[in-house]
Amino acid sequence: MIWVDTILQGVLLGGLYALFAAGLSLVFGIMRLVNLAHGDLIVLAAYLILGVTTLLGLHPFLAVFLAVPLMFGIGYALQLGVLNRVLGDDILPPLLVTFGLSIVLQNVLLETASADSRRLPAGETAVEALNLGPVTVGLLPFLTFASAIAVIAALQYLFYRTAMGRAFRAVSDDPVTASLMGIRPASVFALATGIAMVVVTIAALYLGMRATFDPAIGPSRLIYAFEAVIIGGLGSLWGTLAGGVVIGVAQTVGAAINPEWQILAGHVAFLVVLLIRPRGLFPRAVD
Amino acid sequence: MTALLETSGLKAGYGDFQALWGVDITLAEGGCAAIIGANGAGKTTLMRAITGVLPCAPGMVRLDGAKIGGQSVDAIAKLGIAMVPEGRKLFPSLSVEENLRIGAYAGRSGPWTLEAVFELFPILREKRAVPGTSLSGGQQQMVAIGRALMANPRVLLCDEISLGLAPVVIRDIYKALPRIREAGASVIVVEQDIAQAMAVADEVHCMIEGRITLSGAPGDLSRDDIHAAYFGVAET
Ligand SMILES: Nc1ncnc2c1ncn2[C@@H]1O[C@H](COP(=O)(O)OP(=O)(O)OP(=O)(O)O)[C@@H](O)[C@H]1O
Ligand SMILES: [Mg+2]
Repeated sequence: MIWVDTILQGVLLGGLYALFAAGLSLVFGIMRLVNLAHGDLIVLAAYLILGVTTLLGLHPFLAVFLAVPLMFGIGYALQLGVLNRVLGDDILPPLLVTFGLSIVLQNVLLETASADSRRLPAGETAVEALNLGPVTVGLLPFLTFASAIAVIAALQYLFYRTAMGRAFRAVSDDPVTASLMGIRPASVFALATGIAMVVVTIAALYLGMRATFDPAIGPSRLIYAFEAVIIGGLGSLWGTLAGGVVIGVAQTVGAAINPEWQILAGHVAFLVVLLIRPRGLFPRAVD
Repeated sequence: MTALLETSGLKAGYGDFQALWGVDITLAEGGCAAIIGANGAGKTTLMRAITGVLPCAPGMVRLDGAKIGGQSVDAIAKLGIAMVPEGRKLFPSLSVEENLRIGAYAGRSGPWTLEAVFELFPILREKRAVPGTSLSGGQQQMVAIGRALMANPRVLLCDEISLGLAPVVIRDIYKALPRIREAGASVIVVEQDIAQAMAVADEVHCMIEGRITLSGAPGDLSRDDIHAAYFGVAET
């Protein structure tokens, strides 16, 4: 019984990693851009939510509604003003620029918010539990996982069922031909990064309510996001959820055996999947 | 009367390599012009310059007298210049129907709807749900033409739509041209097949090494003239 519980906790934890990863997966899928500042943007969003929470005295669940449009705007502007300029055949410039951005963000946060660990005040939500028959799960992990499924389903719908998603896929296939249709790739990319930042903000909400954060934790969130995307198969959104779950389960099982193994077990699971299926669990058919 | 589309002294190229050396062509409203020329003559480059894929000076391309040269590709598309690109360039991630629908992205209204394209090329209705790139060459060409029509273009540019297709298929595809013109589009076809070009166009331009060497109505041009203009050999 304890194992069922452990695995269930791992699955739910995987929801958080999937939320970290979904934005990364979206941006990579559309413009082949690997955003090394992704983890720091999650931390930035967490501070934004914290700021709104303290300034207006709102619950984080309400504060997120103000943080979401802000982060969308930041993502849109970042893509239009900076990242679009370095996208091209060469993959190195975007890597360098987002690496630099990561360092800038960490230092700006350090200057403005100090190095102290912070937490989003979730109040009762943080301690409530749900009784699901034989097992009990925390309300917060449950909401995290439910949000991950909702986010991925929404992205999937957007990508495959709407005119905007059609434009995303067309630009991803062939930006020049897409522009012959009247599509502006630069705007599409900006929109995609804006949407990725919306997901980042939702990820930040749960990250900040479940654990403490400080300006330096971005890069390790990026690693989890990366691993989830790659385990799932590049560009596959449901695969990203599966990737998150693999890491989450590996971590909780590892921790159940020996608490010191938690982080290591997640990375080992990643390497094992890469060994067995180098292209991930659900690789996309094309490219 | 000003032409619908006009290039004057159009120069364009790839980096240091100049591929067009002052091209002058005009397309009258409702007209059909053909550009013929051998491999590497610069026909595709001309289409790319008109659509904005390659930069050029503003006055080198005019639509209804307005300078549009060098505008962004999407802006020119929204003005109603649609292209059927060489090699078709269907979007592999999109189904046949999605490939057609994305052609309407520019949001121009007119006679061409999904239904109208399916009437023009009925086979596409059957294949609407499969990936565009899984079709035969001729069917893919129909998708590429239909996609361009979905933009309800004023000017339709067709770059070698017969390339690599069997003669019966080419005939089927060219059969659509009169209906496309009736629906209001003026057309430029790029062809290597001289006979095909002469049959459909009311003005033919021959191109060699980035220059127009001969222009005229098909009836006014002799075979020898065209031969000379096409291959660049002087008549003895
Ligand atoms: N992307 C490119 N980069 C550099 N040079 C190019 C490029 N595309 C074409 N060229 C050169 O420009 C010249 C004109 O080529 P273009 O493709 O316009 O010819 P074309 O008349 O369309 O030929 P074809 O009948 O083979 O399609 C050629 O010398 C070609 O080598
Ligand atoms: Mg060509």
